[in-house]
Amino acid sequence: MMDRIAQVFKQGSAYLGYLTAGHQGLETSLRAACALIAGGVNMLEIGVPFSDPTADGPVIQLAMQDALQRGTTLQHCLTLATELRQLYPHLPLILFSYYNPILKALPKTFLSHAKQAGFDATLIVDLPIEEALPLITLNKQAGLATIFVVTPDTTNTRFAIINQYAQGFIYYACRRGTTGVKNDLPEDFQTRISELKLTSRLPVVAGFGIASQIVAQQVLTYAEGFVVGSKFVTAIEQKLTAAELTNLARSLLPNY
Amino acid sequence: MLNKTTKRYGEFGGQFAPEILMNALQNLETAIESLVNSSDFQQELSFLLQHYAGRPTALTEVKNFSRAIKGPRIFLKREDLLHTGAHKINNAIGQCLLAKKMGKSRVIAETGAGQHGLATATACAYLGLTAEIYMGTVDIKRQRPNVEKMQLLGAKVHAVDTGAKTLKDAVNEALRDWSANYNTTHYCLGSALGPYPFPQLVAKFQAIIGQEVKQQLLTLTQQLPQAVIACVGGGSNAIGIFQAFLDDPVQLIGIEAGGHGNQLGEHAARFLSGSPGVLHGCYTYLLQTEAGQIASTASISAGLDYPAVGPQHAYLHKNQRAYYTAVSDTEALTAFKLLSRTEGIIPALESSHALAYCMTIAHQFHPNDCLLINLSGRGDKDLPELLAKGLLS
Repeated sequence: MMDRIAQVFKQGSAYLGYLTAGHQGLETSLRAACALIAGGVNMLEIGVPFSDPTADGPVIQLAMQDALQRGTTLQHCLTLATELRQLYPHLPLILFSYYNPILKALPKTFLSHAKQAGFDATLIVDLPIEEALPLITLNKQAGLATIFVVTPDTTNTRFAIINQYAQGFIYYACRRGTTGVKNDLPEDFQTRISELKLTSRLPVVAGFGIASQIVAQQVLTYAEGFVVGSKFVTAIEQKLTAAELTNLARSLLPNY
Repeated sequence: MLNKTTKRYGEFGGQFAPEILMNALQNLETAIESLVNSSDFQQELSFLLQHYAGRPTALTEVKNFSRAIKGPRIFLKREDLLHTGAHKINNAIGQCLLAKKMGKSRVIAETGAGQHGLATATACAYLGLTAEIYMGTVDIKRQRPNVEKMQLLGAKVHAVDTGAKTLKDAVNEALRDWSANYNTTHYCLGSALGPYPFPQLVAKFQAIIGQEVKQQLLTLTQQLPQAVIACVGGGSNAIGIFQAFLDDPVQLIGIEAGGHGNQLGEHAARFLSGSPGVLHGCYTYLLQTEAGQIASTASISAGLDYPAVGPQHAYLHKNQRAYYTAVSDTEALTAFKLLSRTEGIIPALESSHALAYCMTIAHQFHPNDCLLINLSGRGDKDLPELLAKGLLS
């Protein structure tokens, strides 16, 4: 079967857009995803709302709270993926989640449903490599890739282990703290990402705070892709129209 | 009981933390091995606990209280007599001393009742560290005296206005702060929960309660207690006293907050209706919805008002080595008043839960039997809110 993620890197760089499923309603999520894709986003990270998102900053916290207040469930996230998959047969869909909602849904069952819905991979933010082996096995059985985050402080020893198990790409969260919009890249960006790329089996995609075309351009000098999250979530919160979202996504696209 | 390879107590515990915190957690593990376990550290800690915090604490037999409830001999371990008014100082001094030796200049902490925040602010003032405390706005309102004390001690108190605005949300914010600042900052977690090695670290610093009281009780009565009773929020005072009796023929009883009803959201009794899941870095019993969202909790006692329980308690529950049950807000309040009137001791609302359960089972024992209750804190902090609500008349 075609590996959608590998295909993106084969054709060029990854432009990964994040949104929280159900933020401003599920229909908004679908329309926003389509708008971002029209603007150049070529991989989509769909966030499962969670009551206690400790790795996220205020923007995504509010989006998750909003989605939960509207009654968004894991099942709705699958529905969203099913709809997107029908529209975009080749676009990689990544399920971003905290572990507990998945644990409660019984991982084995849920992951095979996620695959059927059209997801390609999972990124479980509070499941470090030490705790992830059972999930990796289940993901393999379901046919999903397991994506891991690496940070500026991930030691070489840890990266060696992560590198052994990770699939799809390496998500380089390029700064400490939580998600949120920033204006520049941290000083150690070039050094760290060059170190990672020396040993990484997989393409490296950088995220955390990337919110302008200049920064995205800088990232692509070193990495195979970049992630835009909070910037898009803010735009969805501000109820930008589909055309405006497309323009926003396009305005961040390097070399446009 | 702790498996250091899996970082778990049985199946419970673990290290369910974002990658950004893994380095910080592993540095903390190393520091525990090299610093906390050294004899120099233990001597310094022991000196501070004796000359600053006020250890050993008394063991008081409460004959009037016992007579009032037709009970056996009842002994209180008086952690309420410690500096700052609760057992929390045992852990705060230990962790802040460790932070200093690790070269951290800033300490953050979450707090519910304010006792852990106060203890951390106190230890930081004494050790010359900067303290910043996260506290839910609901708790700030109901535990006002502790907020004012923390500020007087030079700590910055961050009001957390997200979620239910209580302890869980304060932990969320403290974790976010730590993710950004762990190079300079130690997160002084206040209960025996969170990602490994916190449950082990906090239990280690609270173990002194059980060690002391076992000797005191044997000296006084030449017998072991029939039961040891402690309230359980995260469970640090309970694990502190239970540890010494794990291998003895002694009942261990943990009391959770029964709040004002049995429905999800009306209490904080994790073992009553909770199920295992992952919150704040560990796999343990949680109050959660069918969709795996963390439920809101309710209790008259801010310190017990938390949806997860320490992983070692989850293990003791599953293995049936300890028994966990809950008492209601009303029962806790009755015990609060009774101990105050009969003994001249005003207990914290948290500890009042353990007293309240003792009242329900006291008649089952022989008059010469001994019950041991951990009086984890004093109730001064609760008075303004209870008076304002007219609950003491």
